[in-house]
Amino acid sequence: MIDVQNITKRYGHHTAIDRVTFSVAKGEVLAFLGPNGAGKTTAMRILACFMPATEGTARVAGFDCADQPLEVKRRIGYLPETPPVYQELTVTEYLTFVGRLRGMVGRNLTSALDQSIGRLELGSVRQRLIGNLSRGYRQRVGLAQALLHDPPVLILDEPTVGLDPKQIIEIRELIKSLAGSHSVILSTHILPEATAVCQRVVIISGGRIVAEDTPEQLSARLRQSEKISVTLKTPPADCETKLRAIPGILNIFPGQTTGNFLIECALGRDLRDEIARVVASNQWGLLELRTISMTLEDVFLHLTRHEEGLSQPAEAMASTTSDGTVATQETAS
Amino acid sequence: MTPVQAIIAKELRGYFVSPIVYVVGAVFLLIFGFLSYLYIVFAGAQAIQLMQMQGGMAQINLNDLVFRNLFSSMRFVLLIILPILTMRLFAEERKLRTFEFLMTSPIGINEIVAGKFVSVLLIFLGLLGLTGLVPIVLMLFSDFDWNPVLSGYLGMALLGTLFLSVGVFASAMTENQIVAAFVSFGILLTIWLISGLGGLLGDTTAGRIISYVSFMEHYDRLVRGLIDTSDLVYFGSGLILMLFLTHRIVESARWK
Repeated sequence: MIDVQNITKRYGHHTAIDRVTFSVAKGEVLAFLGPNGAGKTTAMRILACFMPATEGTARVAGFDCADQPLEVKRRIGYLPETPPVYQELTVTEYLTFVGRLRGMVGRNLTSALDQSIGRLELGSVRQRLIGNLSRGYRQRVGLAQALLHDPPVLILDEPTVGLDPKQIIEIRELIKSLAGSHSVILSTHILPEATAVCQRVVIISGGRIVAEDTPEQLSARLRQSEKISVTLKTPPADCETKLRAIPGILNIFPGQTTGNFLIECALGRDLRDEIARVVASNQWGLLELRTISMTLEDVFLHLTRHEEGLSQPAEAMASTTSDGTVATQETAS
Repeated sequence: MTPVQAIIAKELRGYFVSPIVYVVGAVFLLIFGFLSYLYIVFAGAQAIQLMQMQGGMAQINLNDLVFRNLFSSMRFVLLIILPILTMRLFAEERKLRTFEFLMTSPIGINEIVAGKFVSVLLIFLGLLGLTGLVPIVLMLFSDFDWNPVLSGYLGMALLGTLFLSVGVFASAMTENQIVAAFVSFGILLTIWLISGLGGLLGDTTAGRIISYVSFMEHYDRLVRGLIDTSDLVYFGSGLILMLFLTHRIVESARWK
């Protein structure tokens, strides 16, 4: 459905994206993941035919974005970074205007309008001026706009920004329900979002693709050791040396709270059984014992750190942790 | 409804929900009414003077004393008022980031430019139509020749259309509405002033070319009641040139 070959975009001397190649099959949901300024928006703008690429070709539904932009535009629903709403119009007027721009008329338009208002639960605000709506509602109006003509390809630039936790979950459900019949590209810097809704993740950093795979594969690929967290009630001073004696344990780090240890062991070995036995025989009081799997967040930080030196990951970390409750809740679960 | 009609309808709504049209319209009509009043009172004073000198009823020419002066003065009013109407057309879209949405809609840039231009043209023609009350009221109380008045109105409509196209062009260049208004003032005043340069150079080739480029002599002929094809061609080609440049500017905005 979407086929991008070696696209490069330069603004003067600055290269925003550099030889990016990827493709999206019909019915697939792909996430663009990357720190701010990585080139996600630029890539999406090229696909939406807003700007042409400096080099390379981008094709949507078999049409070239540079040569047949009108054909491409007919087949995509695009949600830019800022919801493109006119404040002086009501929700209904705005969506009617959008439909007419896309050549929809009569009953066709009214039914599409009702459907997209229903999908995004805008019924209660349909007669209100968009200028008086909150950020979350405007974002939903923006999404309703992208979905209005039921396009086969959806390009969503940070679709859940500005929504409250309940709405975020609803929008993710909506995107999931679109998978199968629609091809979706969405950009995000909220990692759990990518895990929650996407079949495939493209991590983009400094304008280049640094990884592309399913979320599970990505974390598996980068895992170099198994990690186990153990919490003891009454740990004696020498418990660390005693634990180290267990064969297979590579390293032990003290955890964040007293009595908590992070144990690193060789890949493919589950030493929980042995650890439990040692703890029980010494009567240290086992409070917690669990494996820690590498989250997409770790993968992301690992990859972007690797690519951009040490200054960038701090920023990336700040942007991922500042995303509020939902992000952290879902990482924990 | 076609996409162009949809854009026109949306722009018209935008004008009427914001105070721009009401404020600009009120000022425009007020100035038109006030100028008409001044010229009519002036004509009346001249008539009384003539009557005292000649005795009996004096015949005064309203076409010369009122309408020609009025239409000449309106040049400046249009130059001030119309950029205010056009400044928001593209600048606001760019500021509010709806420009990206328009550009990714399945319509051509031609249609976007045409829709926006026609919407502001309709507003202007509506305002101009309202000023028609002045000659209609005058007709009830006096006698004048309608033909030069109509050609004067044609002149104002053509001049206004040209000014609007310059305004739309200026609006496409920036995302700041104030800058857009000032750029169109600047362009229009420059075109106005170069007619002085043309007059200075006199009847030389350069002088004739410069005089032709300025709208002054073309408008003056229409105000005098002279409808010449070359003037219509001037206004028509000026309009097409400005809309073409607007198209290029909008197109190039995507590359930045």
